[in-house]
Amino acid sequence: MSLLKPGHRGCAGCGDALAGKFVLDALGEDVIVISPTGCLEVFTTPYPESAWGVPWIHSLFENAAAVASGVEAALKSLGKKDKTKIVAIGGDGATLDIGLQAISGAFERGHDFTYICVDNEAYMNTGIQRSSATPLYANTTTSPPGKMSSGNPLYKKNMPAIIAAHGSPYVATASIGYAPDLKKKVKKAAEIKGPTYVHVHAPCATGWKIDSSKTIEVGRLAVETALWPLYEMENGEITSVRKIKNRKPVEEYLKLQGRFKHLFTMKGENPHIKKIQEIADRNAKQFGLE
Amino acid sequence: MRKSMFVVEGSYAVAHAVKVCKPNVISAYPITPQTHIVEDLAQFHADGEMNCEYINVESEFSAISALIGASAAGARTYSSTTSQGLALMHEALFNASGMRLPIVMTVVNRALSAPINIWNDQQDSISQRDTGWIQLYAEDVQESADMTPQLYKLAEDEDVLLPAMACMDGFILSHVYEPVILLEKDITDEFLPSYDPEFVLDTKNPMSFGAFADPSTYTEFRYKQEKAMGVALEKIEQIANEFKDIYGRYYGGLIDGYVLDDAEIVIMAMGSVIGTIKDTIDELRTEGESVGLLKVRSFRPFPKDAIRKALKNAKVVITLDKNISVGKNEGALCTEVKACLYNTDNRVPVIGFMLGHGGRDIPMHMIKKIVNKAKLVEKGIFIESEFADLREDLA
Repeated sequence: MSLLKPGHRGCAGCGDALAGKFVLDALGEDVIVISPTGCLEVFTTPYPESAWGVPWIHSLFENAAAVASGVEAALKSLGKKDKTKIVAIGGDGATLDIGLQAISGAFERGHDFTYICVDNEAYMNTGIQRSSATPLYANTTTSPPGKMSSGNPLYKKNMPAIIAAHGSPYVATASIGYAPDLKKKVKKAAEIKGPTYVHVHAPCATGWKIDSSKTIEVGRLAVETALWPLYEMENGEITSVRKIKNRKPVEEYLKLQGRFKHLFTMKGENPHIKKIQEIADRNAKQFGLE
Repeated sequence: MRKSMFVVEGSYAVAHAVKVCKPNVISAYPITPQTHIVEDLAQFHADGEMNCEYINVESEFSAISALIGASAAGARTYSSTTSQGLALMHEALFNASGMRLPIVMTVVNRALSAPINIWNDQQDSISQRDTGWIQLYAEDVQESADMTPQLYKLAEDEDVLLPAMACMDGFILSHVYEPVILLEKDITDEFLPSYDPEFVLDTKNPMSFGAFADPSTYTEFRYKQEKAMGVALEKIEQIANEFKDIYGRYYGGLIDGYVLDDAEIVIMAMGSVIGTIKDTIDELRTEGESVGLLKVRSFRPFPKDAIRKALKNAKVVITLDKNISVGKNEGALCTEVKACLYNTDNRVPVIGFMLGHGGRDIPMHMIKKIVNKAKLVEKGIFIESEFADLREDLA
């Protein structure tokens, strides 16, 4: 049985739950998990139940990396750090927004731990509000389209680059659509000494307004359109990318999702979809995906 | 005894006390007037005198957060802070107590901004009153130091398991040089056992910390924190006596009295002002005034019963507060003392004086002025609570 036990309260088709399960599959029993506040935290631990088959702690929304620093320091001081892995698993709000300072501190200090961002591109636990991971033009409850708005007006923050700039020995992107690749990267990240980072793209059926059977399909399309490139960076250098054989146009990804529905109701040539396509094209070029 | 007495800075005495308690993890962030404590600890660590992890965090918020993780992983933990730093920790203070993590932290009391001010008052820790932390207030440097092992013993007691603040007045105690008896290394053998928690993050016995509690279970977590505070109430006294038996020093447990038994006028206060009050009382007694002191050492848990008993014979009670609840025109001690007497037969008038904010000096003549004002109560309560040391040219 998975170390993330069944019976938790995740939605049908939850990408977050898949990410949690895959991460534990990769790491095994000798791991301590730190979760900031978020969907994964809430739906796995309705007291007195817990889905976690490994030691787990949730403190607050913005401090998972600092709590992880303390866990690591304690294990070192108590002589227990030899094999046990320390892994923080946080959502995009906890990682890119409110927890950024604590993450920066923990990476700068060089604690031996892995931070995994499970990115579903908005504050889903509070009801789909935009975060700095929300992509351009996505409809969220705080970036709705309207007469004066085309949805979220801002680009997604490049978190892996921020972590790489801290001198992290290992930074990788992954997707719940590519489970073996995700597991391989998580395992590698945990085995490398020092602060390492894996950014996992994880569609949210509820928040993205997709059919709950299509989480993995949508996750794969993000990769296949080059909107979510999969790569590894070691000591600041790109060391591997997942090549795309027949890159798909971004429409194929966007049209499955209710959060982009408003982009398809416009008449004539659609400058918005064009702009999103430009993001994909830039990614393909920057990472040499083709 | 005399051999181990040294003239040291208050911060050094506290850092030394921390060292002999052998914490596993220390987190540090600079803020005046607390910084000397973590500097001294850094030097001990650099000199190989401490076998611990010393983390230079990027904020006070991460200072307390790192200790939350470390404590849950089974470490004895320490940090110190003050003022804005403590305020920044606010959210995490509730969290540490709710998860029943026995973190010990020195709070070097300082005023809060705005206007920004680095000097002493007690607004910072008083404002954290309801976070579920034990709060003891020290009178002098020796007590500030000795409070550290006492609080570890208390916080880590399996029937308590609550975090604790050792509060010492900024500059007045943190930066003063006094003769102090430095605690010896063997304190962990004689007085403070090693920390061996039952509930810990351990891969051999996985547990979940910090779960999500809905309305059907949340209340009982609060209730159990309150019960633990009740246990602490008894243990504070017990631990203070145990310390006295071994080291011969005692500062009161929950409270302490000074020429209190026959006093008609009782002054109540917390922290370093106690020394000034004692000297003032000595003078007033020679002038024939019936004045005594009731020192409040434990603000959380609040020693209601002990205070009620101690005020049995008082004709008037004066509370001194280096803090204010703006909008109530009262300091916290005043409010709490009045509240704890209300449902009793003791109708003694309680008159509050707020003073010493932002480091304003409290000289003996100020205490005398307050005593004289309080005596007017024979003709009725004209003052309920007021600022005692306002500058009329600015007010």
